[in-house]
Amino acid sequence: MSRSSVRTVVIAGLGVLALAACTSNTPKSEDKAAPAEQAAVKNDEPGKKVKIGFSAPAADHGWMGAITKATQAEAKKYSDVELIVAEGTNDVNLQISQVETFINQKVDAIVLLPFDGAALTPVATKAMQAGITVVNVDREFDSSFAARTTVLGDNHGMGVSAGTYVCQQLKDKKDAVVAEIAGIDSLPLTQDRSKGFKEALADCGLKVSNRVAAKFTVESGEEAATNLLQAAPKIDAIWNHDDDQGVGVMAAIKNSGRKEFFVVGGAGSANVMRDIKSGNSLLKATVIYPSTQGADGVRLARLLVQKKALGDLVEVEVPRTVQLYAPVVTKDNVDQYLPTAFES
Amino acid sequence: MSEANTTEEGGTTASKQDTVTLPARPRSRTDLLRSGFGRNLGLVVALVVLCLVGVATAGDTFATGANVLTILRLAAVVGVVSVGMTFVITGGGIDLSVGAMVALASVWATTLATQQLAVDYGWIFMVSTALVVGAACGLVNGLLVAYGKIVPFVATLAMLASARGLAEIISDRRTQIITVNSFADFFGGSLIGVPVLIWIFLLVAAAGWVVLNRTTFGRRTFAVGGNAEAARLAGIEVQRHTVALYVLAGLCCGIAAVMLMARTTTGSSTHGQLYELDAIAAVVIGGTLLSGGRGTIVGTVFGVLIFTTLNNVFTLNNLSISAQSVAKGAIIVVAVLLQQRLARRSTSS
Repeated sequence: MSRSSVRTVVIAGLGVLALAACTSNTPKSEDKAAPAEQAAVKNDEPGKKVKIGFSAPAADHGWMGAITKATQAEAKKYSDVELIVAEGTNDVNLQISQVETFINQKVDAIVLLPFDGAALTPVATKAMQAGITVVNVDREFDSSFAARTTVLGDNHGMGVSAGTYVCQQLKDKKDAVVAEIAGIDSLPLTQDRSKGFKEALADCGLKVSNRVAAKFTVESGEEAATNLLQAAPKIDAIWNHDDDQGVGVMAAIKNSGRKEFFVVGGAGSANVMRDIKSGNSLLKATVIYPSTQGADGVRLARLLVQKKALGDLVEVEVPRTVQLYAPVVTKDNVDQYLPTAFES
Repeated sequence: MSEANTTEEGGTTASKQDTVTLPARPRSRTDLLRSGFGRNLGLVVALVVLCLVGVATAGDTFATGANVLTILRLAAVVGVVSVGMTFVITGGGIDLSVGAMVALASVWATTLATQQLAVDYGWIFMVSTALVVGAACGLVNGLLVAYGKIVPFVATLAMLASARGLAEIISDRRTQIITVNSFADFFGGSLIGVPVLIWIFLLVAAAGWVVLNRTTFGRRTFAVGGNAEAARLAGIEVQRHTVALYVLAGLCCGIAAVMLMARTTTGSSTHGQLYELDAIAAVVIGGTLLSGGRGTIVGTVFGVLIFTTLNNVFTLNNLSISAQSVAKGAIIVVAVLLQQRLARRSTSS
């Protein structure tokens, strides 16, 4: 992109901020409240230049692609942030060398979504020792010396949210058949999601009757759903862990011509939310696993380097861990979440 | 096939020494080029151009000692795998299972039992486990290819699937963290200011060059890869030699696994992803003939360095992720074309 268009975006962003600053100060009736509000607004004002290095795994599915896109978009909003994005890779050897390159470049901060948290721990620790602020995103390091702050989604919470929603919808049916289409079964994140789902269902006396696992890809979702529909002649609800594989899941359901159940998605892609909004799909809800974690990582890295506090907290330091919430998106509240949803 | 014997460092020696064994290869043009220098010139030019681009666009960071070490450390792991791959390809085979063997060796060498042995008796146990596992996988590959008469592509494809699967079973798909401090200290450290990993890469490359170009084993490798039937008629035990080549590749994977373990302080079934493609690309760019009979370690090392330097220059310049992949493909084609052009010129001069 040309520098001038970046500048336009930045100026436009600053204009919006200026407006926000004017409006947010309107309830300024007591003098005591004013400093806190000003402090919150102050965070977005340009400060010291911050050079941030960003590295993430290969964008081999929609959510991961969205992570990088959202991170770049967020960085562009700040005139004082320079973001260096390394090539997405699933080779830990290459990702380590990218972090080493960032250290050589003397960046101020590194936002790192490691392919494997444990494998990237040594080099992240090295960066911290070199005085670089490391913000860990999504997959945790195994040492607390390796990052200043960690931004996480809530996999267990996703399962709980999905299970609770299914319970609400099926509360009168004691013998309801609930099916689950998981993601890559061996990943801890999949195990956490399934555990949360099971626990929430148990709370209302339901259980997972049929469970299949896909691989986060469209083809694997289609295959797993076809098998599931073969195995279960009657289903009341399906929770599909991932909206990327969900494209395949919905294709399989459409081919089978079955309509006796509703589907709950996972991750929160924009096309799933549009289906929910339209109201004429079997998809009635999805639970969010925010694809804005990298973007949040950039914001926190900027605050940390500029030694600013997290605006709306009383605490003067940025927190150690920020865990994002996994809300249920339905037709009623979809408009609130659609703007931050990712296009898969 | 006529393209095969235009030039190359060891191939010339092979055809001179084993003239009887290679009746299929006309020798008229081989003598015109006495060394592999002409062939490697294209690679040197490509690498120099890359470095100039690096200096021009990110000079303050690119041309620093720390950055050079970063490039070399990245190159080291894939470099060692590529040296093994050079032998297999020169010998007329291919090994698609190198990445999976690296994963399996790293997992096996970091199990709780192995780590306990290492705590009690020293890190040599972890290293030797990795080497033995790598060599054993290579042995299976070699036996399947040489005696089972399975096409190398298929035999090693089977190993690719099963070695990674076995790694997943052993590790339960968890990342195994190395707690043996002496291991991490030694391999993560430096000797005379140069990281141990880079020393290992240098040693493996040097040993590979000597074996391929200065020993009977090397000459036999060229003979087997150039024309297996002729090699057999000349009295070379082709099957046994083929097995040895795959064992060598497996051994290199074991070494690479140790290096990756040092770099990540972990063993994992996801290590070494797509190393087969990285290694094959580096070997082919280097000037080794994919159909066998011609091979060069120096070229392979240059091939690896070109890829890693490319990556470093991209990262330093903050280029878009997708543009990087396109540029990589383009540079592969340009490097090979350039190299062919230069080789042809030096042969005809």
